[in-house]
Amino acid sequence: MNTLLILPLVTPLMVAAVSFLLWRHKAWQKWLGVGGACLSFVWACLLFARVSGGETLTMQAGGWAAPFGISLVADMLGAVMVLLTATMGLAVTIYAVRSIDERRAAFGFYPVLQILLLGVTGAFLTGDLFNLYVWFEVMLMSSFVLLALGGERAQLEGGIKYVTINLLSSALFLAAIGFLYGVTGTLNMADLALKIGALPASLTAPLSVLFLVAFGVKAAMFPLFFWLPASYHTPPAAVSAVFAGLLTKVGVYALIRTFTLIFAFADVDVNNLLLALAGLTMITGGLGALAQTDARRMLSFLIIAHIGVAVMGLGLGTTRALAGTIFYLIEDVIVLTNLFLIIGIMGRVCGTFETARMGGMYRTHPMLGALFLVPALSLSGVPPFSGFFAKLALVQAGLEVERYTVVALSLVVGILTLVVMMRLWAEAFWKPSPLGVDEVDAPQGKRRVANMLLVPVCALSLMSIGFGIGAETVYGVALTAATQISDANVYIEAVLRTMR
Amino acid sequence: MIVMLAFVIGGLYAAGLYMMLRRSITKLIIGLSLLSHASNLLIFTTGGLVRARPPIIADGATEIIKPFADPVPQALVLTAIVISFGVTAFALVLLHRTYLTIGTDDLDDLSKTDLAKPETNG
Repeated sequence: MNTLLILPLVTPLMVAAVSFLLWRHKAWQKWLGVGGACLSFVWACLLFARVSGGETLTMQAGGWAAPFGISLVADMLGAVMVLLTATMGLAVTIYAVRSIDERRAAFGFYPVLQILLLGVTGAFLTGDLFNLYVWFEVMLMSSFVLLALGGERAQLEGGIKYVTINLLSSALFLAAIGFLYGVTGTLNMADLALKIGALPASLTAPLSVLFLVAFGVKAAMFPLFFWLPASYHTPPAAVSAVFAGLLTKVGVYALIRTFTLIFAFADVDVNNLLLALAGLTMITGGLGALAQTDARRMLSFLIIAHIGVAVMGLGLGTTRALAGTIFYLIEDVIVLTNLFLIIGIMGRVCGTFETARMGGMYRTHPMLGALFLVPALSLSGVPPFSGFFAKLALVQAGLEVERYTVVALSLVVGILTLVVMMRLWAEAFWKPSPLGVDEVDAPQGKRRVANMLLVPVCALSLMSIGFGIGAETVYGVALTAATQISDANVYIEAVLRTMR
Repeated sequence: MIVMLAFVIGGLYAAGLYMMLRRSITKLIIGLSLLSHASNLLIFTTGGLVRARPPIIADGATEIIKPFADPVPQALVLTAIVISFGVTAFALVLLHRTYLTIGTDDLDDLSKTDLAKPETNG
């Protein structure tokens, strides 16, 4: 039944293709998109159910045996990420039905969104390094289009910066692939893990750093993250949400695969480097967020800070730390997407994203306030939401290996996040609207929020609460995934049917 | 031959990065294009340079005699060229749109999205 590996890829592709054919019928595109996203969600759930049974699903594209052909692999980590992608895809597609204006919809917003989800899913399911590059490019191209679609000045400015730096990282990734092929003769990730063990450290060390830089740009790590706050706040909320939730996490996933699988048997010790970079990422992200006045820019810097926390788990290196990272990624994806969607709604209500000009929403939209608090507190690591347990897992893992500085930094990031979120709450909800008139009569206050915008937000908030209450289950899943990836032989054996 | 190609690749990377650091958007895109040419040439070169030995098993033999021209890097380069072609096309349209909307080719004028407190409502 390994069609389960192909179905999450074929569904968005077919939906996008049919949507392009129905170019003039925007309503069809919207509902096809929603239908496709629901179907992808079903496939992702089935895939996850199948993989949690204990087996790693593999499929050889075109029937070419590994390591000559391209393998599609779904181990626990891949299945978890695919499920997260499908969930976020569904949430954002539903949100985008109402929130995207006619002009953007007329120029192919919905099919390109499906192609973005295709690229992300493909990146999580592939077992071949060059195929990873191809999926990265699919994802990147559609993100370029989504970022620039609409043609507002800020979008174009952000777009140029985003395009430039991501293309630079693609060129570096390509160079790294070229070198790796030259010295090992293979591109299959499992086979690379076997062959790299034979290489001297003088070759593997620069290669691993090349991959670190290429994926670090994508994952928005220090000092490579400056494209993110310059561009993520410019497109419409649905686009920012899917970018925030998924694109940087693909970079972190690629980093995890590189250092737990490809360089697993190599002589390479990047843990200290990763920890140092993670710490710097956390601090610069957190402090950067404090300096912002635009709600979306605050969140953009917070994305960076929490990427730092996730990579900290990778740098710590133990199985429990990796479990913490995976749990943190799960929580981060849900919460960041949710926050961007909510801030999109807040922007529509207040007419602006500048916190100085927002205000008084607690009187007019109290439920929105409650919905905002859930992901905001979860991100800050406040119990009983999922963020607390994810942070706890990472802190415990860090204390086990006695890396006190990064643990302290991650706790500081939690405090900084809380400060930023509470300031946003105070500015947007508590303080009276600076328009000076009674909010009930003010045109902004009367702006009703369409239910279709609130549905995905409610669902994601419930998920945050649910993952907090059921944290033991989620941590169990993360621990299974981490145990699987800590031993590269599991993956290698599943793909190549040999042991090292 | 491989040494000369190494110098060429290095030169292309240098030229590409230099162009990317210029002030004009057009030069930026030319730089990106040079960078992708350099990466493609790099993949091709690290795959091994072999002259006049196609990857075909000779008549009657059962195994191919090394060294032979490796077809995999050629396939990788083709894919990468196609991808960078699409990306360059997009970048050029983005450049054109930016010029029409913002009215300038100068990258130093495009710093509004970097600021923490923008002077005007974006």
